[in-house]
Amino acid sequence: MIKRIVLIGLATLGMSAAVAGAADTPASLMTRYAQEAGVPVSALSATRGATFYRTEHPGRDGQPVSCSACHTANPKQAGRSRVGKRIEPMAPIANPERFTDAAKVEKWFRRNCQDVLQRECSAQEKGDFIAWLSQTQ
Amino acid sequence: MNYLLRGIGVLMTVGVISVLAFSLPSGEARGDGGGETLPRLTHKAWQQECASCHIAYAPAFLPKASWRRVMGGLDQHFGENASLDPATQADILRFLEANAADAGSSQMGNRVMRSMGAKDAPMRITETRWFVRKHDEVSRAVWSRKAVGSAANCAACHRQAEQGVFNEDAVRIPK
Repeated sequence: MIKRIVLIGLATLGMSAAVAGAADTPASLMTRYAQEAGVPVSALSATRGATFYRTEHPGRDGQPVSCSACHTANPKQAGRSRVGKRIEPMAPIANPERFTDAAKVEKWFRRNCQDVLQRECSAQEKGDFIAWLSQTQ
Repeated sequence: MNYLLRGIGVLMTVGVISVLAFSLPSGEARGDGGGETLPRLTHKAWQQECASCHIAYAPAFLPKASWRRVMGGLDQHFGENASLDPATQADILRFLEANAADAGSSQMGNRVMRSMGAKDAPMRITETRWFVRKHDEVSRAVWSRKAVGSAANCAACHRQAEQGVFNEDAVRIPK
């Protein structure tokens, strides 16, 4: 009986989480970042996004870092965190959960831009990044 | 009839004694394999946030003072920015403190505290004397194997670490 109640509770939680998460899409986030950057969505560039993803920067400890260092060069593949934990793929085609939660997207840009670039990313850079990953087939 | 009653009596006595024996605080008496399964804890933010890059390390592995230091410096978390919004950060810290090694809520915590100085507040679980003693037979070469990566990767050898199972007989060291 208790097990059933717990299961129903979990199912409800799962559904509400799915509903809450469904509020954002890669397209809606691109619109948002384009607006923030003061450019039309058509001005976001997948090519620039790809370059941004692969470019190496001097890291805090002097070692070169890039997005692809942890997320791998192929965004359809799973990456690995510094302590070895699996990171789900970045490309929505391989991982439909990507870019469906604006707060989560902002949290990771805030953290990882500091780690890789030692600064915040601009709205344009964020828009380009999603433009590239969301059109990766 | 008398024999039947006596038989039941004997069986019950044996039953009660064995139940008692297995539920007594085990500590060292049961050896390394005993009671090394952590209480199953559920806390949404802890599991979601702390388990993004590494396993959600059990609060019982460090004392409250350590968790305060860790959670107070998330923007420089072992070389990475792991910052959280203030509400989530406070929520997770409350949970960690309530279940910390010195909260008295787990056998694992009691063991960790037994070799901890009163003012110790290590930043890393691997710095605790308890951890060092438990892993003293693991050579440095093993830690740096590619499949292990670092001592922070509990699940490389403790395959059920994410379920809180750290029993020695469940350890499989990858080649």
